[in-house]
Amino acid sequence: MAKLENSTKNMVLSLTVITVVVGALLGYVSSITAEPIAQAAANKQSAAIAAVVPGDGNEISEPETVTTANGEPAEIFTVMNGGKFVGKAVKAVSKNGFGGKIVVMFGFDAEGNILGYSVLDCSNETPGLGAKMPDWFQKGQKGDVIGKNPGKNNLTVSKDGGEVDAITAATISSRAFLDALAQAYGVYSGSDVATSASKQNKEAEASANETCEADSCAQKCLTE
Amino acid sequence: MSKLGIIINGLIKENPTFVLLLGMCPTLGTTSSAINGMSMGLATMAVLICSNFVISCIKNLIPDKVHIPCYIVVIAGFVTVVQLLIKAYAPAVDEKLGLFIPLIVVNCIVLGRAESFAAKNTPIDSACDGIGIGLGFTCALTLIGLCRELLGAGTAFGFAVYPEQFGALTFVLAPGAFITLGFLVAIFNKLTAKK
Repeated sequence: MAKLENSTKNMVLSLTVITVVVGALLGYVSSITAEPIAQAAANKQSAAIAAVVPGDGNEISEPETVTTANGEPAEIFTVMNGGKFVGKAVKAVSKNGFGGKIVVMFGFDAEGNILGYSVLDCSNETPGLGAKMPDWFQKGQKGDVIGKNPGKNNLTVSKDGGEVDAITAATISSRAFLDALAQAYGVYSGSDVATSASKQNKEAEASANETCEADSCAQKCLTE
Repeated sequence: MSKLGIIINGLIKENPTFVLLLGMCPTLGTTSSAINGMSMGLATMAVLICSNFVISCIKNLIPDKVHIPCYIVVIAGFVTVVQLLIKAYAPAVDEKLGLFIPLIVVNCIVLGRAESFAAKNTPIDSACDGIGIGLGFTCALTLIGLCRELLGAGTAFGFAVYPEQFGALTFVLAPGAFITLGFLVAIFNKLTAKK
């Protein structure tokens, strides 16, 4: 068959037919993959929640979307087991990563202690350095934050005077991780089920104030 | 040329990565591990086979002046199909490759083969060329990925070979991609050089 000549009619016709056929094909593929894609995203989310709030037969509530102190959206999932409160999973974002955004899911118990975490996205961090995030802060690792309470412990990197060892050669990524943690804890302690935790925090704050006062007193004595 | 000859040609004589040096962006960007390189290679191969076959079928229906837009629409269509399928059935792969899958559209290997082979040959030969070039690309990416992973992280296909702290981290990062590629191209050309 000879090639079609370059007339305007032929050009318009061939382009139109090709785009319509390709468009129809894409529509069809999109309609059959929409459900598995949504399913995969949901599975990933529930797997992350199960990882940060451990236990069998947990019921996970619908997400409650809130805005954190730095204006990022966060999602809170309440986890119940047989009508009993187990903990909350908070999905938080920090834009201070080495290459931009990181997304982390944190689990807190009723007292605000960290039950676990799961990094959902650290694809912008450097491989071998900041991308060690998913393991570095786990239980028994060098930067262990599990079981600590952001309301009582000073969870910043040791360079900033905190008590968490930063990932070797990746202080910025570590700060971003702890920033996401602080954001998550901020919205967690602001939500309603955590009343007992916030009460304890107030006590902790009060005692912290007392020590401050004692310090300033001591300083006064010294200056006098 | 026989069908097998076309495949061998794409795999060795016209290997897209080591001989033609085409598609360097995904080659350097996705080969931080052997598995990543292989997934990228296979995704590209799927697109190549489909686009080569279809373009060869419709080559006489397209007027010369609009052949590039037509080819790009066909290629972009197949890339999006592959991307949707990966997202739906292999979310872990999608997470690793991310942006590089949609970027197959502008991979010069795909358009290059459409122009230089599919537009002049029969559909079956074109599909074979897609298989050959695709296999060549996949093997090259897997090999680069394997070298980088082995030297940088001390693993091969995710299995630990030696403790991680002895690895040279550079090889997993961008400079390692260039160094590895340079050495492999040199070795490949040494081995295939006519005496």
